[in-house]
Amino acid sequence: MATKVIHAIYTDDDVLLDAVKKVRAAKYTIKEVFTPFPVHGLDKAVGIEPTRIAIASFLYGLLGLTVAVVMMNYIMIVDWPQDIGGKPSFTFIQNMPAFIPIMFELTVFFAGHLMVITFYLRSKIWPFRKAENPDLRTTDDHFLMEIEVHGEETELLKLLSNTHASEVKVVEPLKILG
Amino acid sequence: MSSHYEAPIREPLIIGEKSYHDISVDVGAPILGRANRSWYIAFSIALVAFLWGIGCIIYTVSTGIGVWGLNKTIGWAWDITNFVWWVGIGHAGTLISAILLLFRQKWRMAINRSAEAMTIFAVIQAGLFPIIHMGRPWLAYWVLPIPNQFGSLWVNFNSPLLWDVFAISTYLSISLVFWYTGLLPDFAMIRDRTTKPFQKKIYSLLSFGWSGRVKDWQRFEEVSLVLAGLATPLVLSVHTIVSFDFATSVVPGWHSTIFPPYFVAGAIFSGFAMVQTLLIIMRKVSNLENYITIQHIELMNKVILLTGGIVTVAYLTEYFIGWYSGQSYENYTYLSFGAATGPYWWAFVMLITCNLIVPLSLWVKKLRRNIMWTFMVALIINIGMWFERFNIIVIDLTKDRLTSSWAMFQPTFVDIGTFIGTIGFFFVLFLLYARTFPVIAQAEVKTILKSSGEMYKKRRAEHPNEPISHVDLDPTAEEPASNIQGSYFTSTDKKEEITTTDTIKDASKDDKINSLLSNVGTFDPKSQEADNLKKINGIGPVMERKLHELGIYTFEQVSKMTNLEYDMLDTITGEFPGRAKRDDWAGQAKVLKKN
Repeated sequence: MATKVIHAIYTDDDVLLDAVKKVRAAKYTIKEVFTPFPVHGLDKAVGIEPTRIAIASFLYGLLGLTVAVVMMNYIMIVDWPQDIGGKPSFTFIQNMPAFIPIMFELTVFFAGHLMVITFYLRSKIWPFRKAENPDLRTTDDHFLMEIEVHGEETELLKLLSNTHASEVKVVEPLKILG
Repeated sequence: MSSHYEAPIREPLIIGEKSYHDISVDVGAPILGRANRSWYIAFSIALVAFLWGIGCIIYTVSTGIGVWGLNKTIGWAWDITNFVWWVGIGHAGTLISAILLLFRQKWRMAINRSAEAMTIFAVIQAGLFPIIHMGRPWLAYWVLPIPNQFGSLWVNFNSPLLWDVFAISTYLSISLVFWYTGLLPDFAMIRDRTTKPFQKKIYSLLSFGWSGRVKDWQRFEEVSLVLAGLATPLVLSVHTIVSFDFATSVVPGWHSTIFPPYFVAGAIFSGFAMVQTLLIIMRKVSNLENYITIQHIELMNKVILLTGGIVTVAYLTEYFIGWYSGQSYENYTYLSFGAATGPYWWAFVMLITCNLIVPLSLWVKKLRRNIMWTFMVALIINIGMWFERFNIIVIDLTKDRLTSSWAMFQPTFVDIGTFIGTIGFFFVLFLLYARTFPVIAQAEVKTILKSSGEMYKKRRAEHPNEPISHVDLDPTAEEPASNIQGSYFTSTDKKEEITTTDTIKDASKDDKINSLLSNVGTFDPKSQEADNLKKINGIGPVMERKLHELGIYTFEQVSKMTNLEYDMLDTITGEFPGRAKRDDWAGQAKVLKKN
């Protein structure tokens, strides 16, 4: 565990992106970057994996479709196969056109909601959750790069001083979050 | 930067010399400030209308549907007309946030938040009607396929009215999470900017602890994109399903395969008209003219023109098919020669005038970019689209296959009162929203500032090869060094820079500064704390730095400034002459000092 972290604060997204590239090129590990808005290409520059949330959403959609088909097949065809206005209720396929709207809606419903819930859980955001951005200005117009220090403090500070950082702070974590 | 390149032919979407911080300030202002008198007046009117509507609804439910103007022939009239009208209005919000996102339209960013709010509030109004138009609304829960004690008696999945239940509830809930997820970074911005403890608590709760990590943003963008991909077919399907209420029936005039796309086009048409109505007022009231520009209004007018054209084609098709089918029953449909000459001729004329003729004026560029005219046209379209639904529903029902059941429809005050009530409820919600929510998606607008901001576009035009970035090389620019905590580091060359620039060497200037400071008072970093001078409208980061260089750090000091000091300030700084006086910095500082 690192005992210290360095907070380098930038006032411009392009400068931040350059700085991230420089820090990465010098083989330091960037612990976190806090930005007020999505900076295009930053995730690639920091080197984080692409998100798989779209794949999850697709699977949730398949689940929704299955739920719709199973539900309507059971209710309309298996449990009470009634004649309602001459609609054929002998097999699912025969009356399927009337089921399509709900099959579609439930697919979207499941894909959308379960994906958002997954996003909230994975990113750890929910009501009463405390914000963890170390500087209040990072939701306004400042960009903060957090780098762990493993004893090479001076070299790292020297490197950061050449990246047009507006502030560089060495922060010693006082409390352990938990 | 080359990544921000945008064709110079495109008009700027953000006007003025805006920085990222200015966007936060402008978006946060209505929330952090107080409501003015006109807001309270508008809110009171909306509230009264809403309460009147509640009265009408209670009266209907407790007395019976007979208090409405319906009769045995015409079982649907204002209730379903208003339902379809409200659902239609809601559709523009999803179009703006989802479809325009898929097409990567940057101009959606300033308007999507309010358009989505409009969607949600309109769908809430729409959702009332399927409940209150029921004869026994307390049994409404029977529409849900819940296992029960009647041998598990289920619902019938063949009915478009049941499809409506699924469509509307999916639409409302998906729109809600789409909207809310987009709001998280903006709530976080308010949370971190407010100084009032109660507000801080509320926005901490609302922002779900959003911290803006790079991974969060990556997921956030993916989620937005996938939700947009889901919401686009959703918005098409929802109004399609609403149109099935009519299209799957056997009623002449209703039974028509053109309804699904035609209703969707009409929904976008009327929805955009409502967005125009709301935004033209909001940009004025909330001082957002730099973000919701004339360009936005023109582009929305173009969408109105397009969808209005589609609707027009549908009208002509209906009119033609009514004649071409050779069916005598088709002569009494809402778009037939019989309708134009029958007892509801005035409704026919309203429909054609408001939806077909008046919007044609938007082909003229001058009128399209005229705010007053746009507002008028938008209102007319809202009225016209209400008549479209009224005509489809009521005219087609008045004269059906049996002449013995022909009837006319006359609304009662309860019909009208309920409709007015929903309009009141809509505005109650929208006005509350405009005071408590960031009405512009500031996090998104900040991403287009460099590509589409007026200042950046101009600068790129003048210096095409120069990289554009704002780098503040002086770390003390933000606050007095004594306020910076943690061990502080700058490189040696930067330290030199600080020592040489923090004092202004000119002797004559020194005198002026001293006399200025003696008038407004000096700042002692040991005992006093610096205020955030950027809260004063007109002071940006650069100006704040200048003030700090002079030794002005607090609202107290600024509030003591008079014309004499303003002039002195202008001669010392030599920037933005007269600006301080124009913006009334002292007056603003006095207000801020008290808070």
